[in-house]
Amino acid sequence: MPRTEVRRDLKSAATSHKGDRIFNRSITTAAFTALVVLAGIAIFLGFSAIEALRTQGLDFLFTTEWSVEQEDPKAGIWGMLYGSVLLSVIGLVIAIPASLLLSVFIVFLAPRRLAKVMTNVIDLMAAIPSVILGLWAFYLLNPPAEEWQFLLNKYLGWIPIFQNESGNFNGTPFIAGFVLAIMMIPIITSVSREVLGRTPPDLINAAEALGCSLWTMLRYVALPYGRGGIVGGIMLGLGRALGETIAIFFVLKLIFETNWYNIIESGGGSVATLIVATFGEVSGPYELNLLLAAGFFLFVGTLIVNVIANLIVQRTGRMQR
Amino acid sequence: MSTAEYEGDVEVLEGEFADKRDVGPIELESRDVSVWFGQRKVLEGVNIACPKKTVTALIGPSGCGKSTYIRTLNRLHELIPGAALAGSVLYEGKDIYDTDVDPVHIRLKIGMVFQKPNPFPSMTIRGNVLSGLKLSGMKRDGHDEIVEQTLTAAGLWNEVKDRLDSAAGELSGGQQQRLVIARALAVQPHVLLMDEPCSALDPASTLKIEETIRELSKEITIVIVTHNMQQAVRVSDYTAFFLAAENEPGYVIEQGPTTDIFSNPRDQRTLDYVNGRFG
Repeated sequence: MPRTEVRRDLKSAATSHKGDRIFNRSITTAAFTALVVLAGIAIFLGFSAIEALRTQGLDFLFTTEWSVEQEDPKAGIWGMLYGSVLLSVIGLVIAIPASLLLSVFIVFLAPRRLAKVMTNVIDLMAAIPSVILGLWAFYLLNPPAEEWQFLLNKYLGWIPIFQNESGNFNGTPFIAGFVLAIMMIPIITSVSREVLGRTPPDLINAAEALGCSLWTMLRYVALPYGRGGIVGGIMLGLGRALGETIAIFFVLKLIFETNWYNIIESGGGSVATLIVATFGEVSGPYELNLLLAAGFFLFVGTLIVNVIANLIVQRTGRMQR
Repeated sequence: MSTAEYEGDVEVLEGEFADKRDVGPIELESRDVSVWFGQRKVLEGVNIACPKKTVTALIGPSGCGKSTYIRTLNRLHELIPGAALAGSVLYEGKDIYDTDVDPVHIRLKIGMVFQKPNPFPSMTIRGNVLSGLKLSGMKRDGHDEIVEQTLTAAGLWNEVKDRLDSAAGELSGGQQQRLVIARALAVQPHVLLMDEPCSALDPASTLKIEETIRELSKEITIVIVTHNMQQAVRVSDYTAFFLAAENEPGYVIEQGPTTDIFSNPRDQRTLDYVNGRFG
């Protein structure tokens, strides 16, 4: 005769205790609050975006124009979207090598006391408000940077990105990207220093016993080990750069044309800067709505960049031979 | 494996190595080596000579400086901040601490296997074997042959030959340890230093490593730190016994052919230690 089984669903230990139950619920609520806020922002901006697309069509995304005070208002933010990415790329090209060299120096070369001081100074750099950085760049960085760009153009002008026909080296994407790099360096350095410092001593020992140099140890042991973390740090820096507003406002000459690659030619774009530059003298609710829509697409663009970055991390994370 | 079989091995070893004693040139020798970490002196006047193609075991209780000593033999000790050394370490008759000696060159000639298996986790099995070539910038042709030859020498080839491109982390601890032995062999060292290579392994893996050590000693000189006295008896030709009083630097109490140290020691402390009365 078969035995009859009575199946009972067992509550997990975590929820059968009253204190745990309250704690778990509070945490879950807090976690969902973050999602709700994010969704709220997305929906609020999304409505503006729909409105903008309804009146301007896809031209809003793929043309570059901003003349909204006429009878038939025209608005297109392509140059700004593209500019945001271009400035961030310039920033990354400068910030990534600088940050990696800095963190390698701090972790593997600097005497302990110097390493500590440098770590603190670099962390402090991250705390400089961007408006201060913008003012500093406008008054102090701009004049020498014009000289650098002049030299770049003189000696490397045959490379298309260093062409300059106007002779004006003020308010260029290069200088804006340079300021972004200064803002990204503390973030990327801080994360990669942390990650490199966690390379297991066992592996470093193994590499040293195999006759490594500092370079080969970094190349084959420390960097592969820390790659995920370092890319994460770069993404954090990139996140800051894509949304950076006021520092760029001071140093970039905002123009409604697409500056594709002439990074040392005066004039460029950036979505966040477009918003802050236009917001103060906005002509009416329609233009305001267009600005919010621009914000929405900056938001989407940042998301896309993050997704692509994640894919890159996954792809390069595969096994090396 | 039973104790009886181990004892049998010991007798074979004695017969096999009898002819090696008192013959053969010295490959690696330390003269009056004292070692400091910062202000703390941890080793005092160590003199040990390792004849070519033999196995020298370093035994002694924890904290007596065996691991520190072995790290002076390929200049790994100096990578610790505050490290200092007196005396000299002669490899093929030349002091490896001379100012004109490149430590990278020394580390390639005098390889090392550590206590905990430490293959590079981001590399494949093949990648690990060849990693020494990449790390040191050494050029050697015929990578496939190197992989097969060194894995065979390390006693691992048959277990991994069909999955050379899978991750090193998938291997068991004992296999990983044999993989790092293969990795050390790929740069063709003349001496292999082993710092308690079996302490993290199970008895079956330990036996395999010991077999590997005995095979390798036909070609290269081996210095092995071990806490396991039976292991010292099983694998080594010569033994040095280290001891340190509390907060005092360690030094060598007694050294000589392994059979003498274990069966007929001159010092009472050696006798007590090898009979397991302390340590």
